[in-house]
Amino acid sequence: MNVTFALATARRILTQLRHDHRTVAMMVLVPSLLLVLLRFVFNTEQAFSAAAPALLAVFPFAIMFIVTSITTLRERTTATLERLMTMPIGKFDLLFGYAIAFGVVAILQVLVATVLSLTLLGLEIGGSVWLLMLIAVLDALLGTALGLFASAFARTEFQAVQFMPAIVMPQVLLCGLFAPRDSMTPVLEWLSNVMPLSYAVDALESVTRSNELDGVLARNLVIVAGSGVLALILGAATLRRRTP
Amino acid sequence: MANSTAVSVDGLRVRRGARVVLRDVSFEVPRGSVTGLLGPSGCGKTTLMRSVVGVQIVEGGTVTVLGEPAGSPRLRDKIGYATQNPSVYADLTVSESLRYFASILRAPAGDVARVIDEVGLGTHADHIVGELSGGQLSRASLAVALLGRPELLVLDEPTVGLDPLLREELWMLFRKLADRGVTLLVSSHVMDEAARCERLLLMREGRILADDTPAALRTATGADDLEQAFLQLVRQQETLA
Repeated sequence: MNVTFALATARRILTQLRHDHRTVAMMVLVPSLLLVLLRFVFNTEQAFSAAAPALLAVFPFAIMFIVTSITTLRERTTATLERLMTMPIGKFDLLFGYAIAFGVVAILQVLVATVLSLTLLGLEIGGSVWLLMLIAVLDALLGTALGLFASAFARTEFQAVQFMPAIVMPQVLLCGLFAPRDSMTPVLEWLSNVMPLSYAVDALESVTRSNELDGVLARNLVIVAGSGVLALILGAATLRRRTP
Repeated sequence: MANSTAVSVDGLRVRRGARVVLRDVSFEVPRGSVTGLLGPSGCGKTTLMRSVVGVQIVEGGTVTVLGEPAGSPRLRDKIGYATQNPSVYADLTVSESLRYFASILRAPAGDVARVIDEVGLGTHADHIVGELSGGQLSRASLAVALLGRPELLVLDEPTVGLDPLLREELWMLFRKLADRGVTLLVSSHVMDEAARCERLLLMREGRILADDTPAALRTATGADDLEQAFLQLVRQQETLA
């Protein structure tokens, strides 16, 4: 792991984003606008407060997944990845560069969405705002890591876009947002238990409810972060210096 | 021997899917020379170059580059490689793109300005790569290969789409680099470029048809130009087969 290479890569990706104002605006604003929409769909602050924490996990997760998988796929299909693989940069340097760059964007995205929810939209939380943001950022990073991994299995951008419904939507449906996880049939509950997004949503809900940092919350955080690291390692395994 | 040879390929065999792309390819490239790799589109030039820079999975044979097996980590800052499709970030400016590659190659700070100047993109340094013309784009991609102090340059069709004046300038640059001791392996499917190389490797259907100097090829085939010489060699091979 070479920090200089990772930081150079992160800076390069952020510079690419800087040239693309519309993408940056959408990454930062779309989750917030969706939360505003949701606030009016529910029409009461109580109902919004019950669903918002889960959505603070879901929106950044989904958006970071799709943006990362497309960006990495572009690196694979234009020959820039092949060129980098003839150079001294290591696979993890490249992947951590991606994680750092999109982590910065995720922080911004989550910051705007959280501040908006807590002020104008009337979200009430019992626990620490910082912990809430930490979980949401970890979750966005998980989306980034899974996006990096998924891009290895897409040959075209059409395919990459469709990994969004294929990989993200089942996690959204099973994370406890639509039905409590413990009331699902055993098979679905088991599926929900192996999906990392479920733990991010659980963690966000417990932060909203109380100020207590208990063992379950800590475990949930470790699971979300661990899944992100695992996805990055799997992503590294799909980057090859030699290709057929 | 090892000191005078930059690239040594022996019995190289590459399969891509069901198709054998390179069959028993062997040749040597002397240091400090410009070697042209010529042949029709689809004859295996790109696969051969990918094998030399060490990104191609090979089925058999050996490829030795600057005394090391191709693809070994010690070669990674000694080889400059320009892929056939321009590989620079389209959404960055020319100098931003080059600065990134320069930091990955640990190239000195002044290198970005130097290579931009060498490929004649000085007036376009702050332009977004994606907005450049085809010729400018391939020069931006070539500039990346010149960063640092590469001992070997592997350039896949670097002059495609360039006007004759620019082509002339680039070939003069290649010559200058070779005089400095850099080894160049340059592919092209335009035969009139072949005359500018010291050595030629003529390829067809995954095999090396000829490995000689342009003059020797003309003499051996009795042809006036290299296009005719190539056709002559193809016919000879077909009568043998």
